[in-house]
Amino acid sequence: MGTRVFGEPVKRREDARLLTGRGRYLDDLGRDALAAAFVRSPHAHARIVDVDVSGALDVDGLVAVYTWEDLPGRVGEPLPLLIPHPALTHGRTGYPLARDVVRHVGEPVVMVVARDRYLAEDAAERIRVEYEPLPAVVGIENAERAEYLVHDDVPGNVGAVLVQETGDAAAAIDAAPHRLEFRLSIERSASTPLEGRGVYARWDADDGSLRVYSSTQASTSVRAAIAARLGLPNGKVEVVAPDVGGGFGVKIVHPWPEEVLVPWAARLLNREIKWTEDRREHFVAAAHERGQLQDVRVGFDDAGRVLGLDVRILHDHGAYTPYGIIIPIVTSTQLLGPYKIGAYRAEVVSLYTNTLIVTPYRGAGRPQGVFCMERTMDRIARHLGLDRADVRAANFIQPDEFPYDQGLTFQDGRPLIYDSGDYPELLRKVRALIGWDGFEAEREAAARRGRRIGIGVGVYVEGTGVGPYEGGHVEIDTAGRVHVSTGLTSQGQGHETVFAQIAAAELGVPIRDVHVTTGDTRRFGYAVGTFASRAAVMSGNAIALACRKVREKALRIAGEALEADPRDLEITDGSVHVRGDRSASVPLRTVAVLSNPLRYAFDDETAAATQFAVGRPATEPPVAEGDEPGLEGRGYYSPVRSTFAAGAHAAIVETDPDTAEIAILRYAVVHDCGKLVNPMVVEGQIHGGVAQGVGGALYERMVYDESGQLLNASFMDFLMPYATEVPRIETDHLETPSPLNPLGIKGAGEAGVIPVSAVIASAVEDAEGLRVEAMPLSPDALYELRERASGDPGLRVRETARAGGDGAATGGQFAAGVSGALPPSERGR
Amino acid sequence: MEELHDIALTVNGVHRTARVPARRLLSDLLRHDLGLTGTHVGCEHGVCGCCTVLMDGDPVRSCLTFAVTAAGHAITTVEGLAAPDGTPSPVQRAFRECHGLQCGFCTPGFLCTVTALLRETPRPTEDEVLEGISGNLCRCTGYQNIVKSVHRAADLLAEAGAPGAPGGSGGSGGSGAESEA
Amino acid sequence: MKPPPFRHHAPRTVDEALGMLADAPRAKVLAGGQSLIPLLNMRLAAPPDLVDINGVAELDTVHCGDEGVRVGALARHARVERSVEAAAVQPLLGRALRHVAHPVIRNRGTVVGSLAHADPAAELPAVLAVLGGTVEAASARGRRTIPAADFFTGPLESALAPGELAVAAFFPAAPPRTGTAFTETARRHGDYALSGVAAVVTLDEDLRVGAARAGYLGIAPAPLVLDLAEAAGPHGDWPAAAAYVRERIDPEPDIHASARYRRHLTGVLTERALATAAAEALRRARD
Repeated sequence: MGTRVFGEPVKRREDARLLTGRGRYLDDLGRDALAAAFVRSPHAHARIVDVDVSGALDVDGLVAVYTWEDLPGRVGEPLPLLIPHPALTHGRTGYPLARDVVRHVGEPVVMVVARDRYLAEDAAERIRVEYEPLPAVVGIENAERAEYLVHDDVPGNVGAVLVQETGDAAAAIDAAPHRLEFRLSIERSASTPLEGRGVYARWDADDGSLRVYSSTQASTSVRAAIAARLGLPNGKVEVVAPDVGGGFGVKIVHPWPEEVLVPWAARLLNREIKWTEDRREHFVAAAHERGQLQDVRVGFDDAGRVLGLDVRILHDHGAYTPYGIIIPIVTSTQLLGPYKIGAYRAEVVSLYTNTLIVTPYRGAGRPQGVFCMERTMDRIARHLGLDRADVRAANFIQPDEFPYDQGLTFQDGRPLIYDSGDYPELLRKVRALIGWDGFEAEREAAARRGRRIGIGVGVYVEGTGVGPYEGGHVEIDTAGRVHVSTGLTSQGQGHETVFAQIAAAELGVPIRDVHVTTGDTRRFGYAVGTFASRAAVMSGNAIALACRKVREKALRIAGEALEADPRDLEITDGSVHVRGDRSASVPLRTVAVLSNPLRYAFDDETAAATQFAVGRPATEPPVAEGDEPGLEGRGYYSPVRSTFAAGAHAAIVETDPDTAEIAILRYAVVHDCGKLVNPMVVEGQIHGGVAQGVGGALYERMVYDESGQLLNASFMDFLMPYATEVPRIETDHLETPSPLNPLGIKGAGEAGVIPVSAVIASAVEDAEGLRVEAMPLSPDALYELRERASGDPGLRVRETARAGGDGAATGGQFAAGVSGALPPSERGR
Repeated sequence: MEELHDIALTVNGVHRTARVPARRLLSDLLRHDLGLTGTHVGCEHGVCGCCTVLMDGDPVRSCLTFAVTAAGHAITTVEGLAAPDGTPSPVQRAFRECHGLQCGFCTPGFLCTVTALLRETPRPTEDEVLEGISGNLCRCTGYQNIVKSVHRAADLLAEAGAPGAPGGSGGSGGSGAESEA
Repeated sequence: MKPPPFRHHAPRTVDEALGMLADAPRAKVLAGGQSLIPLLNMRLAAPPDLVDINGVAELDTVHCGDEGVRVGALARHARVERSVEAAAVQPLLGRALRHVAHPVIRNRGTVVGSLAHADPAAELPAVLAVLGGTVEAASARGRRTIPAADFFTGPLESALAPGELAVAAFFPAAPPRTGTAFTETARRHGDYALSGVAAVVTLDEDLRVGAARAGYLGIAPAPLVLDLAEAAGPHGDWPAAAAYVRERIDPEPDIHASARYRRHLTGVLTERALATAAAEALRRARD
């Protein structure tokens, strides 16, 4: 092997292009394409009475206008229900263009195609749609009450009821020495990548083939969906995910209405067509996540060990269920975290509302589950007067108990069995990193200066790398270049670098010779997609397996050339040689030549492989039986079940006694994703995840009014954190390799976001001495909580918490030196 | 038919002309009329900062500027930050070294903003960096490595002794293109 | 999110601009565009004509004199914010400007444009109002000076008549023994404030509170100015002033904060701003 590349912080190979404006995102393509725009429903629930497009017809540059009536055959059918589940008894999906009824603001009703987007919007603005408004169902409680229905044929607005249980939770709770019962709530948020969705299609009428570019997380599946809808064979449809400006889950949904309509219209008109989603559309026509209510009953012993836990989860899945009930399944299983729970029962009720669909956003149901469990741990600790970290430790699965079967069914339909981990060590490390044990002195010192601070902790387990499979293809060409491709897509995670590291390490070639392609069906046609922190685990291992095949073949061919036993050979810096002896070697580019018996040479190099040059025995075929020409190989990795990463986070927050502003003073992460391929990339994933978690904990929510209008559908009012809102993140790592895959890795993509709301809630509760049961927590919400607590002692968790800090209203208490110690509005001055 | 305006402006040091309607946004002029797609559009209401370019040296939102208003001015986009020979600018190099980008969509806006920030304030404090980039959203990095990149870029500029000039002669080593680890 | 079509007019002089405005009474003036263009991109506004004053060099002025700071209609926020002379004459202006959105927006947005936009959540209207400044308006018919108290008539509504151009704004200088402070609470740094206060405190020769005024943003349909001298008393009872303010105001709820919280917060900010302004006044009095 050459320079060590696996496990090193190799600089990213994507960056040279992305830093110079040479990235190619969806809207950078198809400069001459026609532009599509959509007339979208302004109502949350309404019957379409009439569509009058006449006003649009005199817009200069208008090319076409389509309504549902214009969509032929399968193009006009409801979109697919991607992940059916027996519990999803009333799954419903929308039409590409609304047929009779619209069920959320933003649902597409009319498609407009024009010379450019300005003109398409001019035309869309002039189309008159007459609606008969119907009562809108907004909010989980209204959905459950079911005074009105979202779908006439879905009683109670209930799409699915899912029960997961192990043991008799009710009996265990009733028999427990201590019991608590409470309700938790988490509001909606959304992935919100800075690049919205987009589709660009061109039809080749001569070839009868379609090329589609989509800003997607699942190009192979988009291809299958488009091919099916348009009645084309897979082989006549190419789907390419170009550079993608962030996904975070929302771009795993497919086919979007636009992904069906744009290719269809491109073929019909025989013109290139592009649709680039704008920000307003993204808020009302893509997808949201997170919104849940959780009713918790827990029974525990004197040490805080949970004997029984019963959770009823009311999940708001919006107007349709294209992605099934993956999110609440994940919530109800990952809720258990690193703990051994005596008996457990979760009942999920997944409800329709007249709001945008709910599909995975980074974390995909885990933040809600972890919020539930970690709030429960804190409640237990407060109830018993125990240290919150100690209560967690008392419930941990121990390192010698793996594999550990939680007795439930996970999101891949497989048993929820944890493969490996060391949760006590995670907690020990995070306590040390944040200074848990010395915090009381810190709190008192702060209180003497009139400042109110608190500490919180959260631990989680994340199932990563779910199946069914991914594949990798590796080919070494006659110039010695290594071409690696895999079908899953990239949205900025650094796959080109990480997969190149894996290939370089496996093959013994310089990383500069490795070229990686992802998400392009022209290069690799079989794939599932990028979600569930699975890319490194799935494609990483598939590429490693493919590399091992290629390596074996290279050693075999080189062995013939070097007249050596392949078992004695190794590859260093792209050349095959006898182990420990580089005096005689054959470069891989030559091996590639030799791997492909030729009749025709095209240069001096390839002449070596022609029929009069090769000295193979005349009695054997040039390509041996079972062999194939070319130095290439294909590998698939299909795990029997998921691998489970874990982490522990802790934070110190400060709350302003007067303005109720909340500032995160310190944030610590200890993370275990098994073997690290590239620690720099993993750390970057954690930073980004935590920042999104901070958004979800303190800033981001989707504010629907009672009529189903989204009131904050802009970056002015949907408060994604800027640099001034995100704390510096301190990190530490632990590596417990996964025994399930050849590389021993676990996924890392979603980790950062998962426990943040739980940790911030824990810390704010600690600072304020007031019970925090709902997230996100704005200054307004904290102020309201204080006001309510002044009349309701039941909301207090610790009488002494308010001893310090009250009454000093000069503002001086926030005049600390470091910016991190200031409330948001005081930063950056 | 909408009236068209003939405009001329300098983009990355090159004289460019276009015939555009009055409502053409500068961001669309750059991307679609001039083919400079490095400038990205993330919100079209001036909040995300992806479309930030330099206008006569100052960072501005190209989605909140009309092409007709930009006529006669000098625009620098991300494509114009590197030296004419392609050597990345200190700011570009720092972002790569410090892993200051992931998906890269917000990156051109950050690069333009930071280039101007360091010209004005060659040695920014932590607070000055936060204030300087406070109008740019990034959904991937959590900003930590972006802040680190800004400080690193300040170091590189100081080493080069050529504060801030886009495409400044630089000269302190590292092609950046394929150096690993 | 593309703007609707409009006719673009690019005057080179104020007179030209006034002529164009006279000919197109429904025209909007385009200066920095940082408030107007988002509205156009969202198609929440569709003026048939835009008079783009970015080429009117004579409006790109900042004059600082003993009387105060006169800011021309094309002076960008950033220029005024960085003006050492302006800060010496009236420090409140620069202090408030640092809260206006983000630096990149301030490179383009103009002070007078922000006043003419008359957003009750914006910083500069409150500053002009608390200082008792004026706006100079010109039209083909002539010029007039409008006191701040008359200028802001409602949310996004000013006293500017059709055909009128706000050519300058005047921020009076701080009298002796005067201190100012600006404070606001926003959800994120750079966002519109949930509530904000521009405070001006002047001490008398015995270093007692002579005058105390506060201008508010984000809590009323137009910038609100309250005289707090009486409530605070000669010795500066700032909590009493805050209590008085909480009684006097009637903020609206919105998606970011309830009315109750805004009222509470405004009291807190009032107390902090008055204390800071008074401390500065004391320092200046002793210098």
